[in-house]
Amino acid sequence: MWLYAARRIVLTIPILLGVTIICFALVQIAPGDPIQNLLSPTASAADAARLRAAYGLDQPLVVQYVIWLGKVLVGNLGLSIANNAPVAGQVLHAFLNTLVIALISVVLAFVVSTIFGVLAAYRSGRLADRVITAVAVFGISVPPFWLGVILVILFAVNLSWLPATGMGASGSESFDYLHWDDFKFAIMPIVALALPPLGIMTRTTRAAVAEILNQDFVQTLRAKGLSERAVIVHALRNILPQAVAMLGLQLGYLIGGSVLVETVFTWPGTGYLLNKAVLTRDIPLLQGTILVLATAFVLINLAVDLVQSTIDPRIKRS
Amino acid sequence: MGMSDRESEHMISARFTKSVTLAALTALALHVGSGRASAESVLRVAMTAADIPDYTGAPDQGYEGYRFAGYTIYDALALWDLSSSDKAAGITPGLATSWTVDPQNNKRWIYKLRQGVTFHDGCAWNADSAIWNFARVMDPKSSGYNPRHVGQMGTYVVNVASVDKIDDYTIAINTKMPSSLFPYEMAMYYMISNCAVQKAGNDYNLYAQHPSGTGPYKFDKVVPHERLELVKNDRYWNPQRIPKQDRLVLLPMPEASTRAAALLSGQVDFVEAPSPDTIPRLKAAGMNIVMVPYPHNWDYLLRADVPPFNDIRVRQAANYAMNRQDMVDMLQGVAVAADETLIKTQPWYGKPVAYDYDPEKAKALLTEAKCMPCTIKVGISTSGSGQMQPLPMNELVKEQLEAVGFKVNLEPMDWNALIGVFLAGSKKSDYNAINFSMAPIDPVQGILKKWMTDYAPPACCNWGAFTDPKIDKLGAEALGEFDEGKRNALLTKMNEQAVADASELYIVHDLNPRALSPKLSGFVQAQSWFQDLTPIVVHP
Repeated sequence: MWLYAARRIVLTIPILLGVTIICFALVQIAPGDPIQNLLSPTASAADAARLRAAYGLDQPLVVQYVIWLGKVLVGNLGLSIANNAPVAGQVLHAFLNTLVIALISVVLAFVVSTIFGVLAAYRSGRLADRVITAVAVFGISVPPFWLGVILVILFAVNLSWLPATGMGASGSESFDYLHWDDFKFAIMPIVALALPPLGIMTRTTRAAVAEILNQDFVQTLRAKGLSERAVIVHALRNILPQAVAMLGLQLGYLIGGSVLVETVFTWPGTGYLLNKAVLTRDIPLLQGTILVLATAFVLINLAVDLVQSTIDPRIKRS
Repeated sequence: MGMSDRESEHMISARFTKSVTLAALTALALHVGSGRASAESVLRVAMTAADIPDYTGAPDQGYEGYRFAGYTIYDALALWDLSSSDKAAGITPGLATSWTVDPQNNKRWIYKLRQGVTFHDGCAWNADSAIWNFARVMDPKSSGYNPRHVGQMGTYVVNVASVDKIDDYTIAINTKMPSSLFPYEMAMYYMISNCAVQKAGNDYNLYAQHPSGTGPYKFDKVVPHERLELVKNDRYWNPQRIPKQDRLVLLPMPEASTRAAALLSGQVDFVEAPSPDTIPRLKAAGMNIVMVPYPHNWDYLLRADVPPFNDIRVRQAANYAMNRQDMVDMLQGVAVAADETLIKTQPWYGKPVAYDYDPEKAKALLTEAKCMPCTIKVGISTSGSGQMQPLPMNELVKEQLEAVGFKVNLEPMDWNALIGVFLAGSKKSDYNAINFSMAPIDPVQGILKKWMTDYAPPACCNWGAFTDPKIDKLGAEALGEFDEGKRNALLTKMNEQAVADASELYIVHDLNPRALSPKLSGFVQAQSWFQDLTPIVVHP
C-alpha cells in the first residue's frame, strides 16, 4: 500500500503542473489586468504601463510563468499585487477558515444523511421516505447562495438571532470556534454549505442501502434470526466504502467551491479570496490559491482511496 | 468496587481543569463584553469596496479608497471642504496654509506650510518632509522611491518639474507648464511620514504595519481582506475635526444585500450605497437614508472620431432620446437627471443647452444625418465602483435609444475589463461608446481632461478623442489665467461649449444614498466623493 501511496503522490506533480498552466492561461485570456485596480481614477495609459513594468507584467507570458514556477518550487508563492503582502500567508489563513467550516459541514451532512438514507430505504415508498426524499431533492436543487440570502433574511434581519456577515466581531484573526459569540457567525455558512452534500449523500445512501437490503445475504441474516439492528450494521458496513468516497468528494468540493456561500456571508475563506483575486486579476494570489486548493483536492482523494482500501478488503491495490 | 487513587486523582484534576477553564471563559466573556462598550465608541462602516483599500498613502479602488483610507489617515497640502451639504465641495487649506503663484513666474507656486503639525509617529511636518514626499514618486534615486505609488499618485505630479525649499515652512513647486488649476492636484496628493518609512528601512511592506500620516485618524490594525481599524487622533491639528468617535472600523462588503443585512442586524452603523430596492425596508427599520447630489456622472462616453458619433447630429439625437425621468423613477429617486457632466452647484455649470426628452427631434436628427437605423456598439460593465446598477440601467438606455432609430448592441464585461477599455482609449477598441461613470470633481477632471484634444489617450482621459478647437483655445487660456473669477468664466464657457457639442450622452447623476443607523448623529453629507466622518457621534 505504501508503494501505491508513493506512486499516487508522484503522479500528483504533473496534475498540479497542469492545473497551474491552465489557470495561468485562463487568467491571461480574460481581458483586464491587475494594474487597473491600483490606478487613480485620472491615471493615464502611461501610468498604467509604468506600474505594469514595476510588477514585471510587461514580460512575455512564458517568462512570467517560469519566474513564478521557479519561486513556487522553493515554497514562495510571491506577493499579492492588490495588497503587496505574501500570498502564502493569506492563502493559508483563508484555507484554514474554509477547512474548518467545510469539515463541520461535511461531517454534519454525513451523519444526518446516513440516518436519513437508512430510514428512507427502510421506509421505502412510505411517508418518511417521501419527506426525506423531498428534503434531499431540495438540498440538491436549491442554489446555496439563494439559501444563504434566505437564511440571512430570516435569522439575522427578521429574528436577529444570528449575525448576518463576517467572521467574528473583530475579524477572523481572533476567531474562536469554542466561543459562542464567535461560533454563531459560522452557523449559517455551515448550514448553507451542508445542505447540498446532505441531499446528494442522502440519495446515495438510500439507493445503496435499498440495494443491499435486497441481496441474498440479508435474507440469510434474517433467516438466521439476526435482529434488524444487526442487519443494519451489516448493511452499513457494506455501504461504508461508497459513503467514504462520497464524503471525500464532497469535502473537496466544499473546500474549493464555496465561492458563492463565502461571498454571501463575507466568510474570509478560499472561495472569498478566489473571488477577490478573480475580480482584481490578482494573478499571484489567484495562482497561489488555486495551487493550494488543487493540492488539497488531490490529497483528499488520495486519502479517501487509502482509507477505502483499508476498510474494504474487497478493494485490492496492486 | 472502589475507585483507585489514580482514578480519583484523575477525576479531581479533570473537574478542576474544567472549572478553571469555565471561570476563565466567563471572565473573558465578561471582559470582552464590557471592555469596548463602556470605554470606546465605535463607528462601523460597510464599504462597497471588494477589499481593503491601500492605506499606505496611495489608495486604490477608486475614490472610495481615497474616502476611507486616504483622507482619514492622511492630509494633503489642500483638503476638500466637506463641511456643507449645500454646495459642491471646493478646496481649502490643509497641510499648507496658503498658496500663491509667483507674480514673476507663473510656473512657480509658493506654498506656506502649516506649522506645529506632527505625523502620528511624532515626526515633524515641515519643508523637508514635503520635499521627501514629492521625491517618493518623482525621483527614482530617492531612498523612499516607491514604484507602486508612482503608478497610483504619479498623475497628480505629472506637471511638477521640481520642488525647492525656501525655508523650513515654505516650499516652491515649479511646474512644467503654467497651470492655474495646479492646487486641485495638490488636494489629492497625500503626505506620509518620512520618518516612518525610514524607520521601516524604506521597506513599504514594513511601513504598512505602522503607517503614519497627519490625518484625523490613526492606523490601529488591519485584518487583510476583512477590516481596517483606525482610532481617533486626539492631537489633530484642526481641533474642529478631532473625531467624535474613538474608533472607526472599515469593512469591505461589495454585495449590496449583505450591507443592508449587516445594518439591519446591527453589525454595522453606516452603509455605503444601499440598493434602491432595500431603501424602503431600511427606512421602515428606522434607518436614516441620506443623499445629496455630488459630481458623479453616470454617462456614455462617445467615440467622436469615427461614425456615427463624429456627427454632432447623432450625438444630439442620442441626448434628445433620453427620457431621464424614467431612469430616475426606475432607480426610485436615488439619482437626478443630468443635463451635463457637472452638477448645478459647481461654479462652472453655466447655462448649458438643454436636451430635454424629444423623440421626434431625435428621429429627425438621425434621418438628417442619414443614420437610420444607427447601429452602435456599447461597452458596459456588469457591476463596479460608481457604476450604480449597470444592467437594468443600460437596458433602459438601449430601449430609449432604439425607440428613436438607434440599433444598440450592449456588450457586457466585468468592471476590470471595462477599466482596461477606458485606459486604452477608444481607438484601441471597436466600441462607439462606453458606459463609464465619471468623477468630475474639479475643472481638471470635469472639463479639461475630458474634452481637450491634448488629453486623448495615452495622455489621459479624453476616451473618445473628442476635439473642438474652441474648447482647446479656452482651455489653454484658463490654464494661464491665475485670477480665479476670470478663470472660472473661461471654464464655464468651455463647459457650455462641450454641452453644445453634445460631447457625451448625459443620463443621470448619482445621489449616493447612504444608510445610517439611528444611533448616529452629526453626519453632514458633502456634495463630494469624499466625506468627513469626524463629526459623527455614536450614541449607545
